[in-house]
Amino acid sequence: MPEAMTETAATAPAAAAETARPVTEATLRVFRGDAERGELVDYRVPVAPGMVVLDALHSIQGHQAPDLAVRWNCKAGKCGSCSAEVNGRPRLTCKTRMDSLPLDQPVVVKPMKSFPRIKDLVTDVSWNYRVNKKIPPFQPKPGAEWKMDQREVDRVQEFRKCIECFLCQNVCHVLRDHDKKEEFGGPRFFVRVAGLEMHPLDAADRIPMLRKELGIGYCNITKCCTEVCPEEIHITDNAIIPLKERVVDRYFDPITMLVRKIRGASA
Amino acid sequence: MSSKYETHEYDVLIMGAGGAGLRAAIEALAKGARVGVVCKSLLGKAHTVMAEGGIAAAMGNVDRADDWRTHFRDTMRGGKFLNNWRMAQLHAQEAPERVRELEQWGALFDRTESGDILQRAFGGHTFKRLCHVGDRTGLEMIRTLQDRGVQLGFDVFMECTITRLLTDGGRVNGAFGYWREQGRFVTFAAKAIVIASGGIGKAYKITSNSWEYTADGMALAYQAGAELLDMEFVQFHPTGMVWPPGVQGILVTEAVRGEGGQLRNKLGERFMEKYDPKRMELSTRDVVARSIYTEVKEGRGSEHGGAYLDISHKPAEYVKKKLPSMYHQFKELADVDITKEPMEVGPTCHYMMGGLRVDAETAQTSLPGLFAAGEAAAGLHGANRLGGNSLSDLLVFGKRAGAAAAEHANKTPSSPLDNAQIEAAERIMLEPFERSSGEGPYAIHRDLQDTMQSLVGIFRVEEDLRKALSKIEELKARAAKMSVEGSRMFNPGWHLSQDLRNMLVVSEAIARCALARQESRGAHSRIDYPKLDDAGWGKKNNVIRRAGDAMELTQVPVREMPEELKQVLAEDQVAVSKK
Repeated sequence: MPEAMTETAATAPAAAAETARPVTEATLRVFRGDAERGELVDYRVPVAPGMVVLDALHSIQGHQAPDLAVRWNCKAGKCGSCSAEVNGRPRLTCKTRMDSLPLDQPVVVKPMKSFPRIKDLVTDVSWNYRVNKKIPPFQPKPGAEWKMDQREVDRVQEFRKCIECFLCQNVCHVLRDHDKKEEFGGPRFFVRVAGLEMHPLDAADRIPMLRKELGIGYCNITKCCTEVCPEEIHITDNAIIPLKERVVDRYFDPITMLVRKIRGASA
Repeated sequence: MSSKYETHEYDVLIMGAGGAGLRAAIEALAKGARVGVVCKSLLGKAHTVMAEGGIAAAMGNVDRADDWRTHFRDTMRGGKFLNNWRMAQLHAQEAPERVRELEQWGALFDRTESGDILQRAFGGHTFKRLCHVGDRTGLEMIRTLQDRGVQLGFDVFMECTITRLLTDGGRVNGAFGYWREQGRFVTFAAKAIVIASGGIGKAYKITSNSWEYTADGMALAYQAGAELLDMEFVQFHPTGMVWPPGVQGILVTEAVRGEGGQLRNKLGERFMEKYDPKRMELSTRDVVARSIYTEVKEGRGSEHGGAYLDISHKPAEYVKKKLPSMYHQFKELADVDITKEPMEVGPTCHYMMGGLRVDAETAQTSLPGLFAAGEAAAGLHGANRLGGNSLSDLLVFGKRAGAAAAEHANKTPSSPLDNAQIEAAERIMLEPFERSSGEGPYAIHRDLQDTMQSLVGIFRVEEDLRKALSKIEELKARAAKMSVEGSRMFNPGWHLSQDLRNMLVVSEAIARCALARQESRGAHSRIDYPKLDDAGWGKKNNVIRRAGDAMELTQVPVREMPEELKQVLAEDQVAVSKK
């Protein structure tokens, strides 16, 4: 479990909501800085009903710090741009209600830890785009008739819900603590591969790639990724574990290994 | 060519990476062009990602009787016949093939019992026509296009903003912009440019649009000499969230009504019976938005000044399956369980029917070498857009723009960029840093939003529109003196200072066209001219062009429709009168 996740016990949203009383002002403690240095800066912001952390950040931009760097687009939980760590928990700031947080203490907002900082809450997530580029695209089966059963489609549609907020990449300890970006693709791209491999009409084979370039073996299924997914994709159970099984079947099945050995010996 | 800046050279440069831009890029690549795509955000975050309900295409998978003629008729009727009929025809004819293409590139739509693409009902569409993926159709579309484009090999300039188009003797030949991250300037030399940068929602206070929606493409193309068409037609989507205040304007998909959702006022009346008894909740967006507005204004609104939208009569599991993101959106942001209680909704600025005037076949603007597709272009939707016709628009005209831009590039020699234009563009960007005492862009932006919302909104009247124009003049004067704090590194205040200039240009165009059109048609409702004027304004399009520093407005006649298409429309009159 990454360090940031353990902080959440003290600030569990449910507990805060129960004791919530109308608060008209809150303090946001926001990371300000660049790749090299930075500090936490306090801002007082007015709190309106239903306000989310992103609204509070916009209020700071509009009235106190016009150059506060924040990435966002839809403000409706659909684009996955506004990821940050709120009170130590990786969240979409557009879906984190202020009234779910204890406002008698500062709300701490920091950039995602696993990616290089650019400025304030904005990080360099370009590595993700480089990994994505390596994955062989959808390749239709020859002569496909484009008829599919909804039940087959359901399973894949779960993976295609991903909004690429990269929160799963941010909490995955293989990336966060061990920085294995060269050897490991991360949960986001296991979800993407699962969506392709389980597509009813796909014919490409990405199993060797999962084992080698994407290093799926590094994942030891701690489910941190599943816990933070704002789309509630069952990343570990429905994507990673079935893919791991496919890799094991291909490379480590005793009968297959035996056959391979005999063939190798007779060659 | 200036060596002072980082410079890139392409056959086709595309501004915007939503559905239209990506589809144009894919097509231009297929034609062998070198393609660069510039987008203000990260790839995959463009506004298309928020599209929910579906793609309109007459595939006839659910209602076998559907065909392009009916889709064409519905589109023309929805647009109150101000549409470019040729665009409406091409759109209806080509949309099914564009959808099948997406599927062949890996998109996974919801299925019918027999395994085909499932289609749902939507406002103004005669048949069940919207191909969809629950209520996240746009996400499916943008991922499919983005992965296709990356695989084919375009260069993407993420978080890069174009601030000026460069011209050479009456044609475009490049663009100037900056990288958000470091604030460094960059120039692009291009033989053809496709504007696919969307609309202007951020000029309004209550909007479903993201920060990117500042009409950059329309404004820059106008500055470079291209014409804008029918700018008065701004779509207010009938159902945006109204409570709590923080979420005001966020879209509630029309699919809620497509799946059977009912609108009621505080007295429990299904008020659409009064306004459009035949189509009820599935009337066109302009009608539903005005109806909700009227109910609220006459004192029958919901608790927080909207209407109630209720889908709770459907089985909870069905609602969660067909409208998953609506379920979560209301649960998380408004503490409302839509499977048990009604939503509160009200109009929100959503879409721009007006935009760059383009040729139907090629999507070329009035400026040679400059193309436009998607929301940035005008014509297809006329005075009001039907739900679902936007995603199909992006695909049909994105493809056409990409193909035509590549062909144009193929027969056009490259020409050197003009240093004087580049230096002028740089000066404009740096000036706000040099002023130490001016006001920042945020306050000016808030005032623009208030002005557009209250004076150029759903219902308009001459006095308000004149007031809006003089307000915009004041705001332009304030913007000319604004200053920006901080460094050039990822500085949203600085970015807004440029976006604001674009919004001011396009807001003025909207107000001017709205003042000129003395009738009520589609999304444009004049309190002082409440009727359709078919004989007069029904035969005219508004055209805006730059004349020196002034904005010039003229009218051009709506192009005469060929007999065969008149026939297609007439068939409908017969069908309607039989009902």
